[in-house]
Amino acid sequence: MASRDDIKFLSNPNIGQNRKKYCRFKKYGIKHIDYKDPDFLLQFVNDQGKILPRRITGNSLKYQKKMATAIKRARHLAMLPYVTDLLK
Amino acid sequence: MLNYEVTFIVDPVLSGDEIKSTAQTYLDMLQQQGVTVTSTDEMGLRQLAYPINKKYSGVYYSVEFQAETGEAIPKMELALRRDERIMRFLTVRLDKFAVKYNQDKRDGKIGKVKKVEKKAPAKSSRDNKSRPPRRDTPRKEAPVAKKEAPAKTPPPVSTPASSEEE
Repeated sequence: MASRDDIKFLSNPNIGQNRKKYCRFKKYGIKHIDYKDPDFLLQFVNDQGKILPRRITGNSLKYQKKMATAIKRARHLAMLPYVTDLLK
Repeated sequence: MLNYEVTFIVDPVLSGDEIKSTAQTYLDMLQQQGVTVTSTDEMGLRQLAYPINKKYSGVYYSVEFQAETGEAIPKMELALRRDERIMRFLTVRLDKFAVKYNQDKRDGKIGKVKKVEKKAPAKSSRDNKSRPPRRDTPRKEAPVAKKEAPAKTPPPVSTPASSEEE
């Protein structure tokens, strides 16, 4: 059976682990998310038009909720689709 | 003083004058109710993300106004609903941050989002877990910083197993 010493990797498996996740709205002091700006909102939506979860975007709960309401308003105003393919 | 914003979409098949007069009737109606209109933004003809009443484009108008009470809102919404030239509308109450944001936008302090070009992976030995190097663009102070999006590629949602975060 291979012991821990025998297992060798070509690159360090710890690469990419120490990246800190942060809420970009808290960090840069952005207080309002405009629902009339679909280019900005596209960053938080996947290529099917679905809202990305908080663990992927890194937002705090407060801003994730604001983001979600802004996206839903944009969808009502036909600036973002409800469902689609190949959005990005 | 309460701040509101109403955004509505006008039918694009009308002539330019009719579209403008449609918007003007609502502005006049608001002013009759004793409401001070702060600004109007004619966002122009835009493609809709999905067809509404079988139409694919519309003329967007956004009116920001101040009122003492919200009495004018139901009347205006009723008129918007009855008008056949208006396809959609949305009335929103603005908090102080939203008012400040709109003010900054009119002053031109908010820049546009920079589109990030997706790079094809150059290295062939790239495994699933490593990501392309993040380029952090230098940022200015808030709230100017808002629209200068960080130059990060959005993570593919199809791989939820990997601990990718934006």
